[in-house]
Amino acid sequence: MKFSEQWLRTWVNPRMDSNELVEAITMAGLEVDDVDPVAGDFQGVIVGEVVWVGQHPGADKLSLCRVSDGDITQDVVCGAPNVRIGLKAPFARVGGFLSDGQRIERAQVRGAESNGMLCSEAELDLSEDGEGLMELPEDAPTGADLREYLALDDRSLDVDLTPNRSDCLSIRGIARDLGALASQTFEDLEPEAVTPVHSEIPSIRVDAPQACPRYVGRIIRQVDTSAQTPVWMRERLRRSGIRSIDAVVDVTNYVMLEVGQPMHAFDRARVRGGIVVRMATPGETLQLLDGQTLELGTDNLVIADHQRPLALAGIMGGEESGVNEQTQDILLESAFFDPVMLAGKARGHGLHTDSSHRFERGVDWELQRAATERATALLLDIVGGEAGEVIEIASTEHLPASTSVHLRQARVAEVLGMTIDRTTIEEILSRLGLRIVHLHKDGWEVAVPSFRFDITLEVDLIEEIGRIYGYNRLPVTEPEGRITIAAGPESVRPLSRVQDHLVALDYQEAITYSFVDPKLQQRIDPEAAPIELANPISSDMAVMRTSLWPGLLQTLSHNEKRQQNRVRLFETGLRFRREAGDIEQESMLAGLITGPSTPENWVNESRNVDFYDAKGDLESLAAMLGKTLVFESAQHPALHPGQSARISADGQVLGWLGTLHPQLQKMLDLHGRVCLYELSLEPVLNGYVPHFKAFSKFPEVRRDLAILIGEETGWAAVETVARKAAGDALTGLRVFDVYQGEHIEKGQKSVALSLYWQHPERTLGDEEVQGLFDTVTQALQNELGAQLRS
Amino acid sequence: MENLEALRDEALNAISEAGDLKTLEQLRVDYLGKKGHLTQLLKGLGKLDPEERPAAGQRINEAKERVQEAIGTRRERLEAAALDEQLAAESVDVTLPGRGREAGGLHAVTRTLRRIEEIFGGAGYRVEEGPEIEDDHHNFEALNIPAHHPARAMHDTFYFDPGTLLRTHTSPVQIRTMENGEPPFRMICPGRVYRCDSDLTHTPMFHQVEGLLVDRRASFADLKSTIEAFLRAFFERDLAVRFRPSYFPFTEPSAEVDIEWGREADGSTKWLEVMGCGVVHPRVFENCGVDPEAWSGFAFGLGVERLAMLRYGVQDLRVFFENDLRFLRQFR
Repeated sequence: MKFSEQWLRTWVNPRMDSNELVEAITMAGLEVDDVDPVAGDFQGVIVGEVVWVGQHPGADKLSLCRVSDGDITQDVVCGAPNVRIGLKAPFARVGGFLSDGQRIERAQVRGAESNGMLCSEAELDLSEDGEGLMELPEDAPTGADLREYLALDDRSLDVDLTPNRSDCLSIRGIARDLGALASQTFEDLEPEAVTPVHSEIPSIRVDAPQACPRYVGRIIRQVDTSAQTPVWMRERLRRSGIRSIDAVVDVTNYVMLEVGQPMHAFDRARVRGGIVVRMATPGETLQLLDGQTLELGTDNLVIADHQRPLALAGIMGGEESGVNEQTQDILLESAFFDPVMLAGKARGHGLHTDSSHRFERGVDWELQRAATERATALLLDIVGGEAGEVIEIASTEHLPASTSVHLRQARVAEVLGMTIDRTTIEEILSRLGLRIVHLHKDGWEVAVPSFRFDITLEVDLIEEIGRIYGYNRLPVTEPEGRITIAAGPESVRPLSRVQDHLVALDYQEAITYSFVDPKLQQRIDPEAAPIELANPISSDMAVMRTSLWPGLLQTLSHNEKRQQNRVRLFETGLRFRREAGDIEQESMLAGLITGPSTPENWVNESRNVDFYDAKGDLESLAAMLGKTLVFESAQHPALHPGQSARISADGQVLGWLGTLHPQLQKMLDLHGRVCLYELSLEPVLNGYVPHFKAFSKFPEVRRDLAILIGEETGWAAVETVARKAAGDALTGLRVFDVYQGEHIEKGQKSVALSLYWQHPERTLGDEEVQGLFDTVTQALQNELGAQLRS
Repeated sequence: MENLEALRDEALNAISEAGDLKTLEQLRVDYLGKKGHLTQLLKGLGKLDPEERPAAGQRINEAKERVQEAIGTRRERLEAAALDEQLAAESVDVTLPGRGREAGGLHAVTRTLRRIEEIFGGAGYRVEEGPEIEDDHHNFEALNIPAHHPARAMHDTFYFDPGTLLRTHTSPVQIRTMENGEPPFRMICPGRVYRCDSDLTHTPMFHQVEGLLVDRRASFADLKSTIEAFLRAFFERDLAVRFRPSYFPFTEPSAEVDIEWGREADGSTKWLEVMGCGVVHPRVFENCGVDPEAWSGFAFGLGVERLAMLRYGVQDLRVFFENDLRFLRQFR
């Protein structure tokens, strides 16, 4: 809501300077977003009168004028097309300044002398309009200072209103709040009824009383549509951000700004039969004032005549039935449309108007007749004419009910945290127009006026009291409460442990968008069904991620393009999948590494990370959490077929580890090998509470074993066989060398492992250990065809 | 026996000149070993008169002790020298970097979230989490934002279908927690939220922390102290805080919180909006099965990136999700 400060002050004028006023209403919840001077900072500009115009001898597009400043007339060169004898326009005299700082000097323009400058609105920063001279009214006093004449020492305030305060979409509403804040009397507008001078009454039928519980109409005959809107009204409209159209439309807009009632004027002659307020029928069309033609649906409320729709109710009038230069009689409309019915309808047609903005938030449902009278009085003043009778069609059943609210003084204290005395409460309520209709033992019964339909509960009134009293005058007290202990289970580790561990492993945490490019995701995770946004912000953020990999890979790409060759990233967050029709939101951990295994260093050999670096990081994480992860060779569409593993723990599949498929790497234009993993977080974080086991005090024995085995045999198989054969006393089993190449037959590999035994109750003898060792060797030989290397 | 002194002096001389431990050991064997010169002298005592023996023996032993002592002293000195030599040989350039271990870092948002969680955790607020794809009920209806409510326009919502959406705030977590528990409550709900808006100052995803306290008596005045204490703790500054009336359908009274953040050239105070808050709306309590006459509460919400930007001097919101390493590495 944008409006002129001066205008507001004609309603309530507290002893506050402009800044204080802005601060006061902002701190009452009417946040002033912008304060702008209503005109540029020009000087020495007066009302000039063009008394003579002739052609400039040296330039086709220039005129030679004589301009009167009230005392003398001077020669002025002017290029504006609308300059003409008798025109009154802003005249910047020699020695004056325009708003851009330009000093006006006596000048020769193509050989003709010019003593000053006639100005457009743009040159004075009054509007964007720089097309022609600003036209001042004929009765503007020649020679008067323009700033004084137009009262330009004013500011436009733009208030960012919260959706509950539609009452403040009017000067009247803001003034009421200001009156309460400044303890100043606010007098509501109570226009007198204009006595009808003719008997023509409009035929009005409301077929949709639920959507339009009240419709008020009046015919004004014989209006003069050529009449000019008075400059004071034009200025108030301009300062409120509304362009002057013609006198009739200006009046309806003015009343809307003043009291908050959007209005419309039809050309009576173009209403065939009478007005019918109804829902549109399928296939009906309507050409709007802005020229576009809408196809209407049955959920659109229209103002129609007996043949066709005339206007989209509460949103915009129609082109065919609007007021124009030929109009003689007008039919004035002032209606109350149901906010719920109108919600989203304007937006549904790509429209947003001052009218729809107000009706959607709700208009004072008792205002329609008063607004009609106010508009009538203004119209009669400006365009003349004869007013007829006001016709009102109201459906009490569908109008909001008058309500009252029980307010308890103790409750005010409980909610606000301090006791506010009765007098203060009563004064605040009354200044806001909230009438006390009954005194209760514990408080008041407060009638809610129709313009404050946002108030329905006691707490709504308490907020009003707090707001006007001042939030910052309320005390600051510390909350009281019981101290309750509610610790989570020890076995569930906090996410921070995982994050901190990965940070210690030289990973940088990333946070990427939860919606990703469907094409990229399709390449990475083709089997998962992504969940599509109905209204994505862009096509590359159109589906929810089914994996954290697309985001990490994009992050990698972003950084590689910025000369980062060693990248180690992790992210935690939800992934979203549709499983059997249900939406699954699973918390995941994903990691990605690429580039040198360590930062370039004077002591290490340079080596790029590979599968086992990523696996090592995961194992380190698992070890920290006391988890045993199982890795088995399996295929994933995004991963190198020979370097990918499915991860599981406790028999549950957790995720994937592998090297990015070289084709994907190429497609994403990534520099080198990328290793990545992703696994479900919850099972990983879910651990156990340790239970102490006594440890052996007898010595541990180590035996090493080197075998030759087929290269296709995985370590996991060797380990399984060896463990099974090694007996209960086995405490450790490690692989310490894997070798293929020279001295090893093709198709074979050499694997060296160490075995550790320790008996809980006695020292193991050499022979016994040898026996266990032989059993292991034998088992490897029998089950895997391993040969013992000498 | 006259050569005892000569022998002793010869030994002492040799010891003092011994250049290494091996030579010294040889000298010990030569003089004090089983067949050493001084040992031999003792063995020769038997040839003396019995009355001369004690005195001679004593002199020989004295000489042996002198030699023994000299060897000991010399050994210590040689050992010390050898150690010095070894240490000198082993010295390294301590200014060279260590063996390639670096540390990563947490994202600025995580760092900020942790700090917020720590501050509220200390006051007994538990961290609660919930789904990001939400239903209309938890994101809007239960929070007193019915369909067609103009407040819905304040939330540019991402939809999947008319009843399913990306949560526009983390308040639905409060609803879920209240629905499934019994008051009193003290919780904060951190997490990702989504609004269909993208420009210089908006990203379609960002993080919020919403807090809720429900107890027998919790007033707007209590809310004020909580917010003020939090902001001063977070920024570690005694900054001015003001509460500006505002509107949220789920709280009443509602306020936006501004902090004093620098001054303008003309000396006027510059206020920055950092949070929203209010007293829990009775309808929200009713929707969650909490009796609004028996319980009261307050709620607040903040944008994590917004606070991180102010705290760490980040100018552009969008860098949080670009994940440029040069940005990420500044937060550890």
